[in-house]
Amino acid sequence: MSITKKDVDHVARLARLTLTNEEKERYTAQLESILSYIEKLNELDTTNVPPTAHVLPISNVWREDRADQKHLGSTEDLLANAPEREGPFFKVKKVIE
Amino acid sequence: MDLLSLTASEIASKIRSRELTSEEVTAAFLERIRRFDPEIKAFNEVFSDHALAQAKEIDTKISKKEQVGPLAGVPIAIKDNMLIRGELCTCSSNILTGFRATYDAYVIRRLRAAGTVFLGRTNLDEFAMGSSTENSALRTTRNPWDFQCIPGGSSGGSAASVAARLAPLALGSDTGGSIRQPAALCGVNGFKPTYGRVSRFGLVAFASSLDQIGPFATNARDMAILLQAIAGYDENDSTSVNHPVPDYSAALDEDLQGLRIGLPKEYFIEGLDADVKKAVQEAIKVLQGLGATVQEISLPHTEYSLAVYYILAPSEASANLSRFDGVRYGRRAADAGNLLELYERSRGEGFGPEVKRRIMLGTYALSAGYYEAYYAKAQKVRTLVKHDFDEAFKTVDIIVTPTTPTPAFRIGEKVSDPLQMYLSDIFTISCNLAGLPGLSLPCGLSGSRLPIGMQLLGKPFNEETILRVAHQYGKKTSWHKQIPKLGVPA
Repeated sequence: MSITKKDVDHVARLARLTLTNEEKERYTAQLESILSYIEKLNELDTTNVPPTAHVLPISNVWREDRADQKHLGSTEDLLANAPEREGPFFKVKKVIE
Repeated sequence: MDLLSLTASEIASKIRSRELTSEEVTAAFLERIRRFDPEIKAFNEVFSDHALAQAKEIDTKISKKEQVGPLAGVPIAIKDNMLIRGELCTCSSNILTGFRATYDAYVIRRLRAAGTVFLGRTNLDEFAMGSSTENSALRTTRNPWDFQCIPGGSSGGSAASVAARLAPLALGSDTGGSIRQPAALCGVNGFKPTYGRVSRFGLVAFASSLDQIGPFATNARDMAILLQAIAGYDENDSTSVNHPVPDYSAALDEDLQGLRIGLPKEYFIEGLDADVKKAVQEAIKVLQGLGATVQEISLPHTEYSLAVYYILAPSEASANLSRFDGVRYGRRAADAGNLLELYERSRGEGFGPEVKRRIMLGTYALSAGYYEAYYAKAQKVRTLVKHDFDEAFKTVDIIVTPTTPTPAFRIGEKVSDPLQMYLSDIFTISCNLAGLPGLSLPCGLSGSRLPIGMQLLGKPFNEETILRVAHQYGKKTSWHKQIPKLGVPA
């Protein structure tokens, strides 16, 4: 598997990461080295092996869809961590032109 | 009072019987932190005032003969990736600058009920990604046994704090060895319980199918008491398991007659440090002397675990860390032109090099065209790794291995080569992939007087057998009582 700087650009965009040119060069080489180590998995035939997502035999744990202020803190507590706010809202750049 | 020689359970009983006050004990540990932590750098923050206030509260309750928990008045250090309401939580990352927890993690709530006093937040590799604390954006913690060496990671601050007796107890989290590896390198006990045994609610997520919170202590009895205080079902963590929690302390005293130990041949390999090999072999002889039987076993897919881990953990991390976007909390890049730029720059500037490397790796592995080749393939090999353990546990009760291939390495030695750094976790990763409980305990010192750890791996939800082995071994040996001299004058 050969990783190019174009791949790194593409992945950085998907991951929403601004990288410097120096970082891009470093990650190109390092990802290539890590991924070539990971190629090792292809030594194994896994045709009939089921995947393990996690080890527990539990699935579909439901709860009621409601805000949980007792455990998570009040609206005001949560907003206090915002870099920018306006009233009871998180403030961001204009999304729709 | 000689605090250094007291265990947490002894401290607890002396506080309960009013032979000591929590305030005296807390003040004594704070004083040790003040004296030694400027060099060791285990803590991101010390809660000096809050801790003393908490201690006085406990003392008042005890003097009024009110009901108090089993760890009432005992100080504890908390890895800085667990939420303590009202306190900062940084994950040793710049992206969480100024973030204050709005609620208590489940384990913190349980510890409040048990009566512990919170001493402070301990350093880690940024977002728990690393094996040395060198990936912390805030500081590199030093190994109390040799200040030139790393303490291990990612829970390096917690391990170092207990090793240097800056705290009698600590909590860490373990995704691929992040409790056991630093415990081994610092010469203390560290335990990753079965996946699902301890709630992850309020633990900042790294890789959700692998993360687990666990205790650090100097001895097995304290480990049992601390695990007891945090284990159990929590409806706020959908992977928490509603399985009965046994009395861990009661299980310690049974002997090891007839215990079947498996030694996986894949862990006693070339490249294993000679001192480590010798120390673990000696420890196994001690266990045999206590009545255990030993047989060689095989875990044939061991050599693939690291590759599986370095697909699954970064993939899960890339999804989990998408929440850090500069909008709801944490650091926001200044002067971004539009929303996309705000995301990209907040993240690009806020995350450190290892975190970005893993986000890139995980995003790549999950991206269109590569998902089957990497993520799906790794999930299938994970099944094979788990199957190896299922087979082994048909004939043995516990598996014994070295925790790490070498003692602590020097600060700076592996920073430029990520793959070499990853290889230091080679013996601890399979346990997370299989979801098993695993404990590291001290079993020797190397020629250059660095601690060596032995790893005990058990069947799912069989923490008590592991604790019993650790306790019985600790009764016959004194490695866990060795305290580093600390490289600064008293």
